[in-house]
Amino acid sequence: MTTVAERPDVARADGPRRARSQSDRLGIYLLLLPSLLPIVVLSVFPLVRGIYLGFTDARAGRNVEISFTGLENYRELLGDELFWNSFKIGLLWAVGVTVLQFVLALGLALLLNQQLRFRGLARVLSVVPWAMPPVVVGILWKLVYHPDAGLLNEFFYRVGADGLRTNWLGDFSTALPAVIIVGVWAGMPQTTVVLLAGLQGVPRELHEAAAVDGASTWHRFRNVTLPAIAPVVVAITSLDFIWNFNSFGLVYVLTAGGPGGKTMLPMLFAYEEAFRYGNYGYAAALGNVMVVIIVALLAVYLRRRLREAN
Amino acid sequence: MFGKPSHTGRTLQYVALTGYLIFLGFPLVWLLSTAFKPPRELVRLHPSLIPSNPTVQNFVQAFTEQQLGRAALNSLQVSLASAVLTVLVALPASYALARFRTRLGTVALGWVLLSQLFPFVLLIIPIFLILRQVGLANTHAGLVLIYVVWALPFALWMLQGFVRNIPRELEEAASVDGASRLQVLRRVVFPLLAPGIVATALFSFISAWNEFFFALVLVKTPELATLPVALARFVGIEGTARLGPLAAGSLLATLPSLIFFAVMQRRLSSGSLAGAVKG
Repeated sequence: MTTVAERPDVARADGPRRARSQSDRLGIYLLLLPSLLPIVVLSVFPLVRGIYLGFTDARAGRNVEISFTGLENYRELLGDELFWNSFKIGLLWAVGVTVLQFVLALGLALLLNQQLRFRGLARVLSVVPWAMPPVVVGILWKLVYHPDAGLLNEFFYRVGADGLRTNWLGDFSTALPAVIIVGVWAGMPQTTVVLLAGLQGVPRELHEAAAVDGASTWHRFRNVTLPAIAPVVVAITSLDFIWNFNSFGLVYVLTAGGPGGKTMLPMLFAYEEAFRYGNYGYAAALGNVMVVIIVALLAVYLRRRLREAN
Repeated sequence: MFGKPSHTGRTLQYVALTGYLIFLGFPLVWLLSTAFKPPRELVRLHPSLIPSNPTVQNFVQAFTEQQLGRAALNSLQVSLASAVLTVLVALPASYALARFRTRLGTVALGWVLLSQLFPFVLLIIPIFLILRQVGLANTHAGLVLIYVVWALPFALWMLQGFVRNIPRELEEAASVDGASRLQVLRRVVFPLLAPGIVATALFSFISAWNEFFFALVLVKTPELATLPVALARFVGIEGTARLGPLAAGSLLATLPSLIFFAVMQRRLSSGSLAGAVKG
């Protein structure tokens, strides 16, 4: 470590690059190596290999050399009803969870940003789901939705709305909305905390000035708060969307994709293809398609949002 | 924030807040309640919110019946190893990233955002094949390796931010006073970096403790299963009476993360950095 720049002018991150000597550079690379090597070996390389596998006929437990099949997997995917189903469900789930989560989290963040009683309790409660393993969140909501011993059905029974009792996760029409609500419950805390941090960065003077000018609460929210937190909003909603589109454990525990594929997210479908039927190449192709879809959707969204923000 | 709201405005705010508290809190209360209910109350047609004869039987059963104790120990080992290794590996790199601008560093930080995009299923098949080739498939060591690599991008990002927050002047002052580079690191940088190191370790511990997909696919031997996988397997067992032990196991699985979250909050707000800058 002593080889690394001793002179302050060299050590500055914004300092001139040419001032760095050969041995300095070697030292920096030595510091970076323990991190970058594993990342390359176990994340960059597998990624490249995964993308390649999507163009092959790789299968589990087969000793034959895998061969390059070009777009064969993709042709098959296009004609695969189960793929289209999972794609549709995945979009409904990701958009549903992200939008609901954002609206609710923004509301909660606005409330938590004020001088209200129970604020502390709400802050603690809003962190708990975040700390829970996704599998545990799934189990917790399985208890809530349980047809016989569940909290939800019991609530409807107690308030005299017995007709609303149903097998929430087992019914064709309620399964997807039911898992979406769980997704919102699980993801809302993180979004709330991020938005709250954004809100706390909005200068108070702006609000006071607007209030003096006679702007209504809504106008102040629309014209002062929202523009100020726009970058945070764009960042957290895009990340939420990606995370949701790629999520697995929560729904795996809740429904495993059932009933009748009504909650079969793309990741669940890919998992079944790869590790139940051994279709490695096919599952990898599905992964490739998901990456392309995510990048395309994000590009459209980010362009619109960023233009609005400017 | 919005000045002084009217009386009805205030009331509406409290109604909304109560709604949130119920939405966030009630499932948790139900989990707690289920975990302490004796079997007879679990199979009753109309269960009550508060168990009439609370018991810890479910916790005992959770540990004895489905090897959840074994699984918890596995999870603890894997998560601790991941946390320690992640910090050790990330520390030098994040120092380099924060103090020297290199093209490699920029690429590494860009990878953080990029890595969020990829569905795990795309990575898991090649990783599975690599681990099998080097004989680490179906081992805890293989799982730890994956968790470290998976936590690394964010850990680097976080830690280099903490390093950046340590004023360069402090390091320069110490070296002017005659301290060697290593002494500067040990006496100045590491103490100030403690909250960052704790935060990074917590982050990687929790992500390993909570992780499900890799653990499900990479580890096949039931005795080696981590807690989330063991719990998920437990869900598959039908029967209302099983809900008690399941809830108890779930509570125990949440405990470490909760404790760590609490610790992290205190460490991060301890203000040791602010004090150092002023001094």
